[in-house]
This record gives sequence, C-alpha cells and structure tokens, in this order.
Amino acid sequence: PVPSPHPRPSIPLQDIRNTVGNIPMEWYQDFPHIGYNLDGKKIYKPIRSKDELDMFLEKMENPDYWRTVQDKMTGADIKLTDEQVELVHRLQKGQFGDIHFNPYEPAVDFFTHEVMIHPVTNRPADKRSFIPSLIEKEKVSKLVHAIKMGWIKPRKPKDDTPTYYDLWAHEDPNSILGRHKMHVPAPKMKLPGHEESYNPPPEYLLSEEEQLAWEQQEAAERKLNFVPQQYRCLRAVPAYTRFIHERFERCLDLYLCPRQRKMRVRASPTPPSPFQRGLCLPRCHPASQGHTLLLLKARSPSLTLLSWDGAISPSGSGAHDRSDDGTVRFWEVCTARCMKTLPAGGVVKSVAWNPNPTICLVAVCVEQSVLLINPCLGDKLLYGATDQLLESYVAPEEERVQPVHWVPASAEEHARGVRLLVQHSKAVKQVTWHGKGDYFASVVADSGNRQVLIHQSSKRWSQSPFRKSRGLVQRVLFHPLRPYFFVATQRYVRVYNLLKQELTKKLMTNCKWVSSMAVHPAGDNIICGSYDSKLAWFDLDLSTRPYQLLRTWRGDWGYPNPVLTHFSPCSDLLQNPLLVPVKVLKGHAVTLDLGVLDVLFHPTQPWVFSSGADGTIRLYT
Amino acid sequence: RRLCILKGIYPHEPKHKKKVNKGSTAPRTFYLLKDIKFLLHEPIVNKFREYKVFVRKLRKAYGKGEWGTVDRLKDNKPTYKLDHIVKERYPTFVDALRDLDDALSMCFLFSTFPRTGKCHVQTIQLCRRLAVEFLNYVIASRSLRKVFLSIKGIYYQAEVLGQPVTWITPYTFAHDHPTDVDYRVMATFTEFYTTLLGFVNFRLYHSLNLLYPPKIDGQADVELKPVEGKEYAMDSESYLEKLSALSASLARVVAPTPEDEVEMDEFPVEGETAEQMDLRKKEQEALEKHKNLFEGLRFFLNREVPREPLAFIIRCFGGQVSWDKSLCIGATYDVSDPSITHQIVDRPRVQQQVVGRYYLQPQWVFDSVNAKLCLPVADYFPGVLLPPHLSPFVTEQEGDYIPPEKLKLLAMQRGENPGDEESEEEEEEEEEEEEDDNDKEEEEEEDESEKEEEVKLKKMEEQKTQSNKALPVKVTAGKLRLEDRQRLEQEQQSEEKRLAIMMMKKREKYLYKKIMFGKKRKIREANKLAAKRKAHDTAVKEEKKKSKKARRA
Repeated sequence: PVPSPHPRPSIPLQDIRNTVGNIPMEWYQDFPHIGYNLDGKKIYKPIRSKDELDMFLEKMENPDYWRTVQDKMTGADIKLTDEQVELVHRLQKGQFGDIHFNPYEPAVDFFTHEVMIHPVTNRPADKRSFIPSLIEKEKVSKLVHAIKMGWIKPRKPKDDTPTYYDLWAHEDPNSILGRHKMHVPAPKMKLPGHEESYNPPPEYLLSEEEQLAWEQQEAAERKLNFVPQQYRCLRAVPAYTRFIHERFERCLDLYLCPRQRKMRVRASPTPPSPFQRGLCLPRCHPASQGHTLLLLKARSPSLTLLSWDGAISPSGSGAHDRSDDGTVRFWEVCTARCMKTLPAGGVVKSVAWNPNPTICLVAVCVEQSVLLINPCLGDKLLYGATDQLLESYVAPEEERVQPVHWVPASAEEHARGVRLLVQHSKAVKQVTWHGKGDYFASVVADSGNRQVLIHQSSKRWSQSPFRKSRGLVQRVLFHPLRPYFFVATQRYVRVYNLLKQELTKKLMTNCKWVSSMAVHPAGDNIICGSYDSKLAWFDLDLSTRPYQLLRTWRGDWGYPNPVLTHFSPCSDLLQNPLLVPVKVLKGHAVTLDLGVLDVLFHPTQPWVFSSGADGTIRLYT
Repeated sequence: RRLCILKGIYPHEPKHKKKVNKGSTAPRTFYLLKDIKFLLHEPIVNKFREYKVFVRKLRKAYGKGEWGTVDRLKDNKPTYKLDHIVKERYPTFVDALRDLDDALSMCFLFSTFPRTGKCHVQTIQLCRRLAVEFLNYVIASRSLRKVFLSIKGIYYQAEVLGQPVTWITPYTFAHDHPTDVDYRVMATFTEFYTTLLGFVNFRLYHSLNLLYPPKIDGQADVELKPVEGKEYAMDSESYLEKLSALSASLARVVAPTPEDEVEMDEFPVEGETAEQMDLRKKEQEALEKHKNLFEGLRFFLNREVPREPLAFIIRCFGGQVSWDKSLCIGATYDVSDPSITHQIVDRPRVQQQVVGRYYLQPQWVFDSVNAKLCLPVADYFPGVLLPPHLSPFVTEQEGDYIPPEKLKLLAMQRGENPGDEESEEEEEEEEEEEEDDNDKEEEEEEDESEKEEEVKLKKMEEQKTQSNKALPVKVTAGKLRLEDRQRLEQEQQSEEKRLAIMMMKKREKYLYKKIMFGKKRKIREANKLAAKRKAHDTAVKEEKKKSKKARRA
C-alpha cells in the first residue's frame, strides 16, 4: 500500500508496532495483517472472530467493557486507564484537558493604559505630513471641475413614497375627447353565482357524471372554470390554487383581447304579430267567428271524390260546384240548398261564372269540350236576356278555319241548360273568363302551340294566340282591367299585351312547377302558388322577380288547413303592400290524403268558401 | 407592451379580416394605426429609453467592478410618474371609479404576496397601504353593500359615489406561485393601478373630509398605544398595522359635531310624482337601515376566524369589534367583557360559554349583510349544519331557477312570518313546477284543440244527417257549448304566433329560433336544477325518517 498523499491530522500516540504509518486503515481491511516488521514478516492483526453473541457475553461479563476501546491502528483492544477516562470526561464537559490549567488568571497589562506625555517612539514626523497632498488636490480639483461643468449633480433627496394630490380638482368637460368616447371599456368580471359559494345549495354541486364530463372537457369549453364544492365551515375552505392564474388571465384579456362593439338585437322573444305592425283591419272577419256557419253537404255519404272547384256567381247569390262524378251542382248560399244538378257527361275539370253581372252563363270544362251553360237560376229577366244574346248570333258568310268546333246544344241538352258546346281536339284543363264577360280562354292538355285558346262567345269564334309552345301551360288569366293576358307555364309567368299582340313581361317565379295563379282585382299584383309549397308574389310595377317568397304548407297538394292570407296592396304608394297570413281555417276532414281542394272569396260578402275532399263545402265568415 | 398596458391601448377586431391580413384569416392581433401613433407622442417613452440606458450603464459598471460608479448610478436611477396618464385615461373621477374593480383586486392580491422575490418589496408595501386605506374609506363612508364567500376568495361590493365597485380578495394562505404566469405583466398593471388607486383614495378621503395620509383618531390612538411602553415595532410599520387593524376611526379635517346630522332638505325633482318620491324615500330609508345593520352590537372574533374581513364587514355596518390581544394590534376589549353581544366562533364546540351572548359561525355575518337584516341566529350556532350560502350578485329573472332558500329569504325580507315557511316553500315549489309544465302544455294544446274541434264538427254533422234522415223535421234542443274563454284566447294567441313566425323574414326567423333555443335551454337547466333539488330533498327526508325509526326502535 502506498502511503497517503494527504497528511492526516496528527494522532498523538504513535504505536511502535504500527509500521504502516498514518494511512487510512481501511486499506488493510481485507487483509489479516497490518504492515510488516523489520524482517519483512507480516504483522498479524489480533484475531477478532467474535460474533454478536460473544460480544454480548463479553459486554455482560467484562466489568471493564465500558472502558475498552479498539485501537484502529493496530486493531488491538486497549483498556483505558483512570487518568485517560478522566480526560475523556473533562473533554466531554468542555473543560480543559489539563487539570491544573487555570483559565481565570488575573490579566496583566503588557502596556500601560494611562496616557503618557512622551511619545512611545522617538521618530520625528515626516515632511509630507506637514504639506497638503498633491494627489488629493488633483482629485479635488477634478471633482470641482466636474461640479462646475455640471457633470456631477447633488444627490436627489430620496423619496420612495409617491405623493398624491387631487388629480381631478379641475374637471373640465373639454378634456373628454373623441378618444374617450370611442373607447370601449373592458367588460367587467363576471359576478359569481350560487355555485361558486363555499357552501352552495346542494343542487349546484356536480353529480359524478357531470364531474366526469367536466374533467373531460377542454378548459376553454367548460361552462364553469371550477368545480363547485361544499365545505362545512369557513375554517375548512382552502386557498384557491388558480387565483393568480385568473388574475393574470384577466390582465391578458385587458391588454391583448381585441375589443369590438357588438350591436345586440334587443328583440322580444315573441314574434312580432302582423297586427302589431300597424295592421288591424283584417282581423274582423275570420277572427270574430271561428267557424262554419254553413255546411254544404255535397253528395250522398258514399261519394267520396269530390268537387274540384267552387265558383260563385258574380251577384253572389248562387254558388256552384262540380265533381268528378260528372255533375255540376248549383247551390243557393242563403238557404244552403242544392238548386240544380246537371249531369255533365264526363269528369268536370273546371267551372267559371261569367263575371258580367248582366249575363247568366257558366263555362264548364268536360273532357274535350267547354260547355256554356245557362243555369236558369235567379232573375228570370237575366237568364232570358242571356239566352236571347246567345241566340242573336248570326253565322258569318264565309266559314273561317277555327281550331275548335262551336256546336249549338241539342234540344235535350238545351232543356238541361246547356247552350253551346265548344269542342276541342284534346281534353280541356281550365277555363277562365275575361272581365267583360265576352271572351274566355281555355287551356288544353296538349304540348303543342295550341295549348291556350281564346274564344269569343258572342261571335262564336276562337283563335290560338301563340305560334310556338313555351312549355306546359298551367294556368291562364285575363288582366281584370287592361288588355293583358297572363300565361303561367311551369317556371314562368308570361304577360302578353293582347292589343299589341306581343310579350310584355316574363316573370321568374323561382319555384318548381307553378300550380296556381291569382291576380289582384287592381291588376298590379300577382301571386303564384307552386307545388313546392311556396307563394311567389310579384309586383308588376317593380320587377320580374318575386317581391316576396312565402313558404307555406308542408304538403303540396291537399293542404289540410288552408291559410287565409290577407293581401293589402295599399293604394297609397308610400306604404308597402303587405302579404300577411291571417287565419288558419280548420274543419275539413282529411280523406285520401287530400284536405281542402279549393278556396274562394265571396265577391261582396266577407265570406270564404272552401271545398274539401271529404265531400263538403264550407262557408267561413 | 408596457406602454400599451399603461396607456390602455387594446387591439381591435378588423371589419374585414381578409382585407387587412393580406388575404389570410390566420389569427393575428390588430391595433389601430391611430392608437400606435398616439403612443409615440407619449413623453414616458423617453423615460423608458433613459431607463434602458441606465440599465446598460449599470451592467457595464458592474462588469468593470467600478463600485463607486455603481453607487452613483444607483443613486440617480431614473424614475417616472404615471399621473398624467391616469388623468388622460380617466378625464373625470367617475370614469376612474368605473375602472376600479380590477385595480382593487390586483392590489389586494399583491398585498398578500410574500416579500421575497417575485416583485419589489416596495410595490407590495404600497399595495398593502393603498388597500388598507381603501378599506378604511369604505368603513368611514359605510358604503359596503354585498359580500360573498366563494371558493375562490371573498367578494365585496361597495357603492362608491353611486358606482358599484366589486373586488375579490384571496383567502389568507401562502400562494404557491405558478410558473406559467408572467409576473412582469402583472407588475406593470399593478404599477398603473397603484397610481390610480392612490389618487382615487386621496379624492375619496377628501370627499369625506378625512385627512389623506389617513391618521387614526387622536383619542383612539392613545388607546391603541401599547400599555407596557415597549416599542412594538418601528413607527412607520406600526402605523400601517394600526391602520390595518381597522378598529379605529379616522381623524377628520373638521371635527364632526353631533348636530351635524340635519335632515336633508327635499328638493322635488321636476317631472316626478309623489309616488316616485315616496318610493325613493322608502329606498333611502332602507339603505340607511342597511347601513346601520350592526349598530350597537359588540362582536368578538375568536382567533380561528379570518380577522380582517370580518372586522371590516362588521365595522362597515356600524358594529363594534374586538379580538384577542395577542392576535393583532388594535383589540379594544377583552373576551370577558360582559357587553359583548355576539362572539364569532368557527369551531365545532365552545368550551366555556358566557351567558348573554350569541356564539355564531362567521357565515351569519355574511348572510345578514346580504339579507339586509339580522337573520335568526338559530341556524348559525357552532357545530350546526349551516344553511347554504347564496350569492347576492344573482338577481333571478322570471323563469330562472330560484333555490328555495332564496325564496325563504325573500319572504323574510318582505316581512312575512317565517313560521309557515315550510308550507310556503312547498307551495312555491309547486308553483314553479306548474310554470314549467305550462310551457309544455301550450305546445300540446294546439294539437289537442284541433282534434277536439274536429270531433265536435263530426258530431254536428252526424246530428244533421240524422235529422235529414228522419224526415219529419224535428228541432232538438241545442246544447249550450261552454266556451273556455281563456283557452280560446290562448289558442288564438298561439295561432297568431305561428302565423307571425310564418311571416318572418329569413334573418328574423333565424334570430327568433336562436332566442327560442336559448330560452328553452334556460328552462331545461332550471328544470334540471329543480329536479336535482327535489331528489336531494327526498333523500334527506328519507334519511331523517330512517334515523327517527332507528331512534324509536
């Protein structure tokens, strides 16, 4: 073993037998010997093979066990002498090792503390102690110069505490600039609710599922940024760990969040009633009395298929309807009686009263022909005059080529009321009268250019106005006042000027397959209904696109409950016309998925007629 | 960034994000050019630059080891003041009061920070001083209105010159400082807030005729002097501590005279009816009553209750308060004082009870303040299961869920007899449920009514056909149809509503649907809470029954 390079702290007693010197003894730990003697033989450690039991026995039996120490240098046990034990005790107590040492001996000055008149040393003072220092002078002059030049300033009096004064002593309104008005103040912190309480009502505590959901949510998604908790007393409430976080987030919000003024609509949750918009008139008729005054039971109960169309005579006394069973029935509204039943001889597609009050004539489409019927109802003079008018026809000299045949009725038919037969080449879909009552138009279920025909009843003369087909014609109508003619095809409504014989307008309906069309009596507005349950409303003065599109019914065909709409195109130009649904009329039972088939207003009275698939006609007031 | 914080410049959301952001919609913050230009004219920018130079010089001196220079530089550290910025941001005092919420919360938080690291000791001391001054002002003006013990901290709301000022203080525990918080940002905010709060405090003290660096009333000051003559702490420190004890009133510039309290002259405001006047007068009276809620009561705080908030609240409402002398300076009377009326205790049992005083849990003080009346003490005895602590900041609108405790409280405030609370409560609960049901019913009604009418019509038709069949026409006595007016009206309304919805434009309809959705969600939530409560109540009842049975058996 190599001697230790570090000098160990001195060990007072150098054992003679220790030949290895002052080295860490653990180097010899695994060897049976410690060092070598002069002959080069190993010096063995004393044998120490005592186990625990031996040690214990020795401890018990040996009276000097307590003063036996192991010498690390040699590995031998040494029994301390009495003096040595005494020394250990003294050292443990913090006393000096030497018994005879007196720590409190009287202090003796080695030099007098009294001030003497003579100096201690006799050395004369230096010369430099009598003359001012040059270095100091230099330094001072530098400082003086710096002060003169203003490089060094006198120290400011230290004052940490900020001074406050009345900052807002002179508030002048002029100091509120536009900047302050434009300033968007940060929204205040949200005030805490019941759930934030340290002792909230039990319903605000989260159940286990809610808690799980809360934990799984993203921090930004959570509705509450804490879990409500209940503590039994104030003492038990711990510190909120995220307090500093929240303050910091608030700070970040204050200076990093973009601010924006948002216009909030302060809408009342109730939808604005149409009547609140300054519209109060139309309530009276449908609203005053909810229900049917009059129930017209059309046919025997076994008959289920039904009236297609209701029409009311212009004078308002008679209504009439027709049905798929091939009859036309005339009703008197006042008495609710069926006045007359005409077998038409085929499925009736459409009926129309002559709008002229002096003529008592009904046009009826039966399969391929249009019948002009004089119902012989009402004023005798009136229907007599009508018959006369029809009979006064004088055939022209030269026969003109016509698209249809005008056939006067046979005697048998005449007795039933039929006056004229207009035979078309194909089935007729619709017939409509001109406002004057002389002309009428019919629509043929054809795809050619002869879909629309215009007839003049007094001259028994017909013509096909169009040279070219422009799609399937659904509906045709005359303008009530001016010489215009509306033709509704599946997508468009075309407006023709009958005098100039030209197309004036093409209205885009934006709906799929126009089903019906109606013109306002003043002629400025058109409403088109379509199979995709829309109502397109055109103002002819404005544009060719719908002024308003209304989504109405869920079903397209037999809508179970007709919606009565009020249409008030105001004569006043300043006020916008309105289209307002006013009332839902109920009453018809739904049969074969068909509800109401047709609705009609009475020309003079505030009455509405509706015919339903259940075989009734109902009158609403 | 610092400048933006100090000057209160915030980013704006551009109207056309793509236009501003060169076509991309990536999230970026946009400032108004005007605002940034405005920042450039700020004189404090120069101060910041000076400070930067100072830091550079100091670093250099350190590096060279020129200690003399370091000292000199440190002596001449550039400082800046934010006074003009405060004035500029808040041209009127009311503006400043409106923005006081965050300032107060921040100051209260900073004043609880330890004085080691994190931020300057001076800042913390200043915050503490300002916060204590503000508390003293609130006591002197008695402007505290609401308090709330939340799990986050204690919320206070005071009405300062008509402006509600809300702040939150954390519970007094050591903070474990989070690592992901930038303390420099917070320190910048605090820098501004302390300036603001200082000026606001000054103004507020002067509005009450108090001296501004607040001085404790001379008489009280003498009382507060430690009797032993031993200096408790250094003068400046003890001053703040005495102030923060919140137990002494403050010195006034003009000593108040008892005759000062003359009734205010009444100036009728034009266009105000007598009714309104009465209403206002009543309100005023109620407010006055609320302010003097604890007048004449003497409280003693046990050492386990949080001293500062309770002392503050009690003093705000005119009560007298004291605590153990060893707990804090400023105790005015001892536990053994016989005139004590309430002792606030927060331990399950009190060993030696003195007759003639209530032993109460601290929640009583908070609840009483919120209820604006001294609540019955029975619910708040030590060891008793406390009633829930409700938030005073919630004002329930119609249709919102109201916890039954709140209903009870409202009834109590109206002055109704709390004796029949139970039944009332139940009734009200039932009412609530009914209300909820109504909404559902309405929806159903429409369909029902349709069906009913159809049935009626069918009957009528049958009658008619029958009468037709039986040819000898017979007039049967008509049945008087009783019309349910209300029902009809409801039907009418619902129908009108549906028609109106049909009429709405697309945008309006969208909005309407959104509103209705929100409403429905609200109702759903309220229902959920009510159901939860009901379940809880039944569970509690069951348990009670069980325990009763167990006791009997």
